[in-house]
Amino acid sequence: MTATAEKQKPAGDKAPGAVPTFTVTLKIQRFNPETDSEPHWESYQVTVHATDRVLDALHQIKWEQDGSLSFRRSCAHGVCGSDAMRINGKNRLACKTLVKDVNPDKPITVEPIKGLPVEKDLIVDMEPFFDAYREVMPFLITTGNEPTRERIQSQQDRDRFDDTTKCILCAACTTSCPVFWNDGQYFGPAAIVNAHRFIFDSRDEGGKQRLEVLNDKEGVWRCRTTFNCTEACPRGIEVTQAIQEVKRALLTSRF
Amino acid sequence: MTATSSETPRVDAVPVKHSRYRRVGASRGNFELWSWVFMRGSGILLLVLVFGHLFVNLMLGEGIHAVDFAFVGQKWSSPFWQVWDLLMLWLAELHGVNGVRTVINDYTEKNSTRWVLKALLFTSALLVMVLGTLVIFTFDPCIDPSSTLSVCSR
Repeated sequence: MTATAEKQKPAGDKAPGAVPTFTVTLKIQRFNPETDSEPHWESYQVTVHATDRVLDALHQIKWEQDGSLSFRRSCAHGVCGSDAMRINGKNRLACKTLVKDVNPDKPITVEPIKGLPVEKDLIVDMEPFFDAYREVMPFLITTGNEPTRERIQSQQDRDRFDDTTKCILCAACTTSCPVFWNDGQYFGPAAIVNAHRFIFDSRDEGGKQRLEVLNDKEGVWRCRTTFNCTEACPRGIEVTQAIQEVKRALLTSRF
Repeated sequence: MTATSSETPRVDAVPVKHSRYRRVGASRGNFELWSWVFMRGSGILLLVLVFGHLFVNLMLGEGIHAVDFAFVGQKWSSPFWQVWDLLMLWLAELHGVNGVRTVINDYTEKNSTRWVLKALLFTSALLVMVLGTLVIFTFDPCIDPSSTLSVCSR
């Protein structure tokens, strides 16, 4: 992982300290709605550096081998949340996953995230995901007059929901959830995380409404605590814990 | 760009509005909350009830060798064990049914399948609970007139 460790590997490399390169096979699930009725797999061989990410490998394929390959990416640095995909069976951001970390000795499988309708290749329709997100009202709700200055909050109050402010809406968590895969009616971890961000915000007054929304038949009670979401989150949000906290808030509001 | 651009494109992608991915409307109510609470509560109670049951039946006195018709008859002549077994029956059945209901919700994809499986589940549960309750309260250890059981000689 360190620079010194990598230096020892390539015996034939010319410059000392040069980043080693290797050839890797990417097995990508392709689907063209205009010609295909079913998705199929296609393999591509690319030569990548040890410092290259899966996104770089996908770029290489798209730019040099097959321009018809479609995938989303915007910032390419793990902030915009556009390029969540299922790499070797796990939801990850292609821009935050180094090729060398996903066992490049074997073909690396790349699929669209599961549970959302595939539009083309690695692009899925995110609308059902955002529908659930909108339903939890992810915005500040207040009553009374607006203060002339900013709304003051103690550091402690801010820390209460710090973890859930990190969400980038990449859908890696929601589409790793087996309950969501079934029929897509479950609100999903991402919507609950973003509700959590406001429910536990001391400046917000819409917590009760959001809790009622998540008390739905398809709300927090469908969570089976399988922790797939926590494992999938590229931002390291403790998603399952956030869901459990919303459950507890619902219970304590009743008893 | 693609070779297919010259022919009429066959668009198979169904817009979300019409696909099974569409989110259907909300359904408010506290049922799922209470079912969640019930699972926790009944689970804890069942731990006591089931292990108490196992201890009394299998370990106390002669243990498993004492269990026969007379043993059951003796037990069910006491209201304490009647209530114990009734509680165990109802809680275990409802706990199990609620668990299977969850499994059905999680694994069936169509509402029709869901409905059929749940109908079967609830019918079986009703049958078990009604029959079980009936047996616990109407059990007659002296149904055999020539019974030599101690409860029957009184």
